Amino acid sequence: MRAYLKPALLLVGLAALIVAPLGQGNYVIYLLSSWLIFSIAAMGLNLTLGYAGQISLAQASFMAIGAYSTAILTLAGWPWVVGMLLGVVLCLVVGLLLGFPALRVKGHFLAFVTLAFNSLVFLVSRNEEWLTGGIYGLSGMPRPSVLGFAMTKNLPFYYFTLFVFVVFCGLFYGIVRSPWGRAFKALRENPIRAESLGIDTRRLTLMAFAIGSACGGLAGALVTPLVQYIDPTSFALGHSLRILLMVVVGGAGYFFGPILGAAVVILMPEFLRFTEGYYLMIYAVLVIVLMIYCPSGLIGLGRKLRDLVRRKPVDRGDLKAGAQL
Amino acid sequence: MSEFLQVVLSGLATGSIYALAAIGFTLVWQAAQTVNFAQGEFVMLPAFFVLIALHWLGWPLWAALAFGLVISVLVLGYLFKRLIVQPMLPSTGLPLIIATMALSILLKEGAKQFYGAEAQPYPPLFPQTTMSIGGAIVSMQDILNLVVSLAVVVALTLFLNRTRTGRCIQATAQNPQVAEILGVNTRRMVLYTFLINAALAALASMLISPVYLAKFSNGETLGIVAFIAAIVGGFNQIRGALVGGLLIGVLDNLTATYVTASYRAALPLVLLIIIILWRPQGLLGTSEGRQV
Repeated sequence: MRAYLKPALLLVGLAALIVAPLGQGNYVIYLLSSWLIFSIAAMGLNLTLGYAGQISLAQASFMAIGAYSTAILTLAGWPWVVGMLLGVVLCLVVGLLLGFPALRVKGHFLAFVTLAFNSLVFLVSRNEEWLTGGIYGLSGMPRPSVLGFAMTKNLPFYYFTLFVFVVFCGLFYGIVRSPWGRAFKALRENPIRAESLGIDTRRLTLMAFAIGSACGGLAGALVTPLVQYIDPTSFALGHSLRILLMVVVGGAGYFFGPILGAAVVILMPEFLRFTEGYYLMIYAVLVIVLMIYCPSGLIGLGRKLRDLVRRKPVDRGDLKAGAQL
Repeated sequence: MSEFLQVVLSGLATGSIYALAAIGFTLVWQAAQTVNFAQGEFVMLPAFFVLIALHWLGWPLWAALAFGLVISVLVLGYLFKRLIVQPMLPSTGLPLIIATMALSILLKEGAKQFYGAEAQPYPPLFPQTTMSIGGAIVSMQDILNLVVSLAVVVALTLFLNRTRTGRCIQATAQNPQVAEILGVNTRRMVLYTFLINAALAALASMLISPVYLAKFSNGETLGIVAFIAAIVGGFNQIRGALVGGLLIGVLDNLTATYVTASYRAALPLVLLIIIILWRPQGLLGTSEGRQV
């Protein structure tokens, strides 16, 4: 790809995001906003799954932590930023505490720990009525205002979400490109080799998980002012699975994979509306088929197709064996 | 004291059913390197097969139970292995785990769409009477559940240790390559493991559904409990999964009775984290070497 093509494509994409909601109804604007928000959560999970190779089934509960702390603080009259920061820091700390034991042992223990953690967060948000409103949830959270502009209308709030999303993408790109991010990638490509080069794989995996969880907190902090009503069921296990599927369907380990995946997962119910209740089943079957034939997701599928059309020089067979060492 | 005994006994009864699911999970994990995230749904679904035979086909209970067992072994054992696991071999990493998660969604939604979203009453297998043991009032159902599951676990252990096929399954779990060299048909052994897992799940389903009612979302809790029982007990041993299941059943009941009922579901998480910090190989597990 030529050097100027990438920035140009990015600019076109950004312009499309700016133009997209214009002249659209409230529902479309809502869908677009929630797409951006879920993209943030899915990109965070991608750091855990795609880069560090660990499964987290608690991304929805990190969103819950972010959403509830934002809701509680904004209802108490604090600005949104404070609630958001608290949520993100809380998620980071919880991620560290949760990941530390789970990542001590080999195998997919993080998946089990996060699975159980998700149900714990659900229980707490349902049982602690004084804090979270119990099953009735919290409602009437104010939307943030920036420089005196209130974001009460849906369109300005979409632009606010877009702004946060773009800033987040910049930061995320920075992380992926930093020495840390390169170490994450090394971890994914060949953990044994990474370790032999002096990378502390355990600590890095833990960091990837904690940062990924914090991204979930940020997404949760945006959900609160978007829907202005949160209750425990909005963050149940099914939603964690949904976010995981976003990452996997889009393409784990690719920067844009989760964004694509989030679009598919959020928009698909709209297209499959005629199937009524069956869409989750169709979706599950599609995911199984995708995993069997192309585990690298839609982006991986796209690359495969591209390579079919544009033949690449074939690597020498022994090079591949050498890279495994 | 009699209340304590009562709580422990009924905990053991539930725990033994958890153990069945946990043992199946362990077997498949060890012999086929498949971490089955749909295990909870595997326990949820057979009850619905039985209900279909009872209410849609109008069969008597014993025939419905047999139907449930056969269909479960066919669908959750053979078809699961053939359609999902087999095409992905030899890579058994993240994609397979994600596929089993998608499968759990598929089974859950399927039960909800095709049978019903409400909890379905399920016929009891055993007489609904109570008996008194040392002052404790225990239901006959609990005692028989415990007896049946323990008998199945004993039979399974004997099968794995004393028969040629059982030992071949163990060999496959420990080292597939060497087992193959020594003439074990490893693919067949792996298939057996899947069939055994499905049968265990079906049995657990039939025993637990009269207590919990048959509901499409039952798999969520059952799955977590099965994984955690397997890990807590030491996932490279059958008796580990048994101990894990019994322990969770008893502790769960004790917490609900004496500490807090609203947080009883948090117990597995606490137990899991304690075990990982203190003894990552599980209570009975050995840190190296795999055994069925």
